[in-house]
Amino acid sequence: MNLLTEPVGLTHYLLVGAVLFVCGVVCMAVKRNALGVLMGIELVLNGANVNFVAFANGNLRSDGDWALGLDGHLIALFVIVLAAAEAAVALAITLNFYNNHSTVDVDRAEELHG
Amino acid sequence: MQGLADILPILLGAAWLLPLVSFVVIVFLGPRLGKAGVLAGYVASGAILGSFVLSAVAMLLWLGHHWPAGTHHEAHGAESHAADEHHAAGDSPKRARLQAVAFAADDAAPATHAADEHAAGADHGLADEHAERPAYAGTWYTMASFGPLELSVGYYIDALTVAMFTMVSLIATCIHFYATGYMHDELHDVTDHEVRMSDGRHLHRPGRYYRFFQYLSLFCFSMLGLVVSGNVFMVFMFWELVGICSYFLIGFYIERKSASTAANKAFIVNRVGDFGMIIGLMALWGSLGTLAFGDLPVVAGGKGDNSTATKAVRPGIFSLVRPAENHHALTTPDGMVRSAAAAAGVTDNAAAAEAGVVNDWRQQGLGYGLLVVAGLGIFCGCVGKSAQFPLHVWLPDAMEGPTPVSALVHSATMVAAGVYLVGRFYPVFTPEVLLVIAYTGGITLLMAATIAITATDIKRVLAYSTVSQLGYMMLALGAGGWLAGMLHLFTHAFFKSLLFLCSGSVIHAVHTNDMRQMGGLRSKMPYTAYTMLVGCLAIAGAGIPFLIGFSGYYSKDAIIAQLISFRNHNSGFHGVLFYVAAAGAATTAFYMFRLWYLTFAGRPRDHERYHHAHESPKVMYVPLMILATLAIVAAWTLPGTSLSLANVLEQARPAGEHGAGRWWTALVVPAEHLSHLGAVHVEATLIATIVAIAGFTLATVMYGLGVLNPDDVRQQFPRTYAFLRDKWYFDELYDYAFVRPTMLVSRLVAGFDKRWIDGFIDSLARWTRGLANIDDTIDRYLVDGLINRLADWTYGFGLYLRNVQTGRLREYVMLIAVGTVALFVLATFAVGLVLAG
Repeated sequence: MNLLTEPVGLTHYLLVGAVLFVCGVVCMAVKRNALGVLMGIELVLNGANVNFVAFANGNLRSDGDWALGLDGHLIALFVIVLAAAEAAVALAITLNFYNNHSTVDVDRAEELHG
Repeated sequence: MQGLADILPILLGAAWLLPLVSFVVIVFLGPRLGKAGVLAGYVASGAILGSFVLSAVAMLLWLGHHWPAGTHHEAHGAESHAADEHHAAGDSPKRARLQAVAFAADDAAPATHAADEHAAGADHGLADEHAERPAYAGTWYTMASFGPLELSVGYYIDALTVAMFTMVSLIATCIHFYATGYMHDELHDVTDHEVRMSDGRHLHRPGRYYRFFQYLSLFCFSMLGLVVSGNVFMVFMFWELVGICSYFLIGFYIERKSASTAANKAFIVNRVGDFGMIIGLMALWGSLGTLAFGDLPVVAGGKGDNSTATKAVRPGIFSLVRPAENHHALTTPDGMVRSAAAAAGVTDNAAAAEAGVVNDWRQQGLGYGLLVVAGLGIFCGCVGKSAQFPLHVWLPDAMEGPTPVSALVHSATMVAAGVYLVGRFYPVFTPEVLLVIAYTGGITLLMAATIAITATDIKRVLAYSTVSQLGYMMLALGAGGWLAGMLHLFTHAFFKSLLFLCSGSVIHAVHTNDMRQMGGLRSKMPYTAYTMLVGCLAIAGAGIPFLIGFSGYYSKDAIIAQLISFRNHNSGFHGVLFYVAAAGAATTAFYMFRLWYLTFAGRPRDHERYHHAHESPKVMYVPLMILATLAIVAAWTLPGTSLSLANVLEQARPAGEHGAGRWWTALVVPAEHLSHLGAVHVEATLIATIVAIAGFTLATVMYGLGVLNPDDVRQQFPRTYAFLRDKWYFDELYDYAFVRPTMLVSRLVAGFDKRWIDGFIDSLARWTRGLANIDDTIDRYLVDGLINRLADWTYGFGLYLRNVQTGRLREYVMLIAVGTVALFVLATFAVGLVLAG
C-alpha cells in the first residue's frame, strides 16, 4: 500500500499527527532553551489534536459511523484551552527561572536532582 | 439499793471520762487556750477536780448504803442480785472455827489499842454469817463478741473501786494544781541548760505547758479507767494506756538524752512484764472463755438493772474460781480442768460432759497448773508496772520527768496499778503464786531500801523508797494480808505524793537534785520543810503505840502483824520474810530522815543556792498541806463510828480463804484476821515502833547531830558502799546479761547478713548480669545485625536509585519518550503473544 497513491484518508492524518508528535518530542529532548521546550510541547499537543480531529470526522472513518462526531472535536478544543493555560503557567515558571538564574537554559535547572 | 446500782456506774463513768474530755479539748485547742496555753492547766485541773467531786459523791452514796464494818442494817435484798450471787452467804466449818479462835483471843487482847483493826476483827466473826461484799458489775458498751467471748467496756464497782477513785482523783487534783505552779517556766520559751546542741549552745525551744497537762489528763483517764474496769481485757487496754502516758511524761524533756533513754527504758521494761500478763490473759481466756471479773446478767439490756433481770447470769472469773456453792474456797474452774484434761489426753469429750468426771479430775489436780500459770502471768504484768524485782530498774530512771509526774507515777497511778491489780485478782491467786509474790516483794523491799541509803539525788532516794514500799505491799499481799497491802497502797499514795511534791518544791527553789548541795533550807521554806517532815514520819510509821499514829503507822503495823502470823503458821525458812520487813522498816526510817536532815537541817552546804532559795508559791504549798493532813489522818477512824479506810476496804475483801497449797501442802497462807490476835498484834506494834525508832536514831546521830561522820562510815565499809551506790549492779548486770549479748548477737547477725545473705544476693545479681550480657550480644549481633544489614541494603539501593533523579529536564523527557515507546513495544509484543497463544 502506497500512501502517496492513496486518496487522503485517515492514515495520512495520523501520519501528520505522528510526525508532529515526534518533532515535538525531539524538540523537547534536544532544546536547551526553555522556550524551545515549550514550543516542543505545543507541537506534541497539536500532534495529538490532529489525531483527535481525524478520528472525530465520520468521513474519514472506515465504518462511517457518524455518531454525533462531537467528542473528538470537544477534546481537541479542550486540549487547546489546556495548552493555553499550560503555556501561561509554563511561561510564568520560565520568567521566574530567569529571575533566579539569569538564563533560560533548562540544563541549569538541576535543583530537582535526587 | 437499786438506785445505787444505777447511779454508781453513771457517777464513776462521768468521773472517768472527764479527764478524757479535758485531754481532747487540749489536743485540739492546745496553744490557743489563753496566752501560750495557760488555760490548759485550768481545763485539766477543773476536769480532775470534777472527777474528784463525782468520786466523793459516789463515796458518800456508797457509805450511805453500805456503812462499813457490818453495822449496816439496810436490807441488801434481792434488788442487787449480782452482789448476791457473788457474795452468797456461807462459810466453811474450818473457817468458822478459826474465827471463833480469833474472836476469843480478841477479847483477851489489851483494850488500849484504839486502832480500827480490832473493831474490824470483832465484827468479822459476827458479820461473816451473812457476809456481803457488795459489788456491782455491768457493761456499758459491748465492743465485739466472738461466740462465747465478749469484749466490752464494763465496770466492776465495789468498795475498793470507789475508794481508789476517790484517792486517785484527790491526789491527782492536788498534783494538777501544784503543777500549774511548778510548770510555770514552760509558759514561755525555755532554754534547756542540760541540752547542748552541736554548735555548743544550749537548746532553746518553745514552752510546752499545755502539752504537759494534756498528757496528765490522759494519764488520769487511763488510771481511772483501769480502776473501774469490769474485765481483764479492759484492764489490759488501760494498763497499756497508763504505760504510754508514763512514756510521754517521763520523756517530757525529750531533748535530754537521759530523759529519752529513761522513757524508753520504762517502756521496754514494762513490755517484759506485759508479755507475762498476756500469757496469763490467754490462760484465762482460753480455758474460761470469759474475761469479766463479776457475774454479768445474760439478759440483753439488763445492765445494772438487777431488779428486772432474770436469775440467769454469766459467771465471771471470781465466781468461777471461787464458786459460792463451794463456800468460796479456791476451786479449779471446770474450764481449766477440761482444758488440762484435753491437753493431757485423759479421755474423750463425751465423758468430759459428766460433772462427776470433772470433779474426779479436779481431785487429781488437773488444771491447777493452768490456774498457777494464769496467776503468775498476771503477776508478771504487775511486776513490770509496780517496779518489782527484777523489773524495778525503770522506776528510778523515771525521775527524769518533771516532779509532778514523778509524784503521780509514784503514788496514785502507774505503780499503784500493779498493786491494785494484784489486789483485784486476789481470789485467782493460788497459795503457790502468793508465795512467789511474797518473795518478790521481800527481795524488792530490802534491795531498794538499801540502795536508798546511799543515793544522793533527792528524787532517787524517794524513787527507791517507792520501790521499797511497793515491795512492802506485795509482801503483805503475798503473805495473805490483803487488807494490809491495800491499806498501805492508800496511805503510801498520800504520803509519797506529798514527799514528791515537797522534793519538787525544794528542787524548784534550789534548781538542783543533789542533796549534797542543799542543807539548812528549813528556815527558807518552812511550809515545805514541815510538810515533808510529816511525810517522813508517815512513811516511817511513826505513832504512839496502841494509841494513835500517822497513817503509815497503821498500814505498816498491819503488814508486820500479818508477816508474824505468816511466820507462826509456816515453820522454817518462810519466817525470813518477817525479818526482811522489819529490817526494811528500820532502813526506811533511816533513809527518810537522812534525806530530811541533809535537805533541811544543818548548815547550808552551797551558799549561793541557799541564798537564791525561796518558799514556793501558794498554789504549790497548799496542795502540800492538804496532802500532809491526809498523810496524818488517812487511816484514822472517825471518832464514835466505825468509819475508817480499813473498814471501807474490808467490804471489798475477796471472798474465801487461801489456806494451804496443793502442790506444797506445807505452805499455809493464814487468814488475815488471825493477825489481829492480841499476841501477834502487840508484838508487831512493838517491833515496828522499835525498828523505826532505831532507824530514826541512827539517822539523827549521823546526819542530824553529826556525832558519827558518814564519811568515816563510808571509808569503813568501802565495798558495801560501792555495792549500794551502784544499785546492786543491776544496771550492769542487765547490761552484761541482756544488752551486750543482744549487741553481740546483732553484730553476728549483721556479719552473717553482710557476708552470706548479701553475698548470695550479690552472686545472684552477678549471674543475672552475665546472662544479660550474653543476651545483649545475641541481640546486638544476630537480631540487630540482620535488621541492620537489610537496612544497609535498602539504603544502598536507594543511593543508587538516586542517580536516576538527575534533575535534568531533557533527560526526563527522553526517559518518558523512550519509556513510553518501550512500554508500547512491550505491550504490543505481549498482546501479540496472547493473540498468537
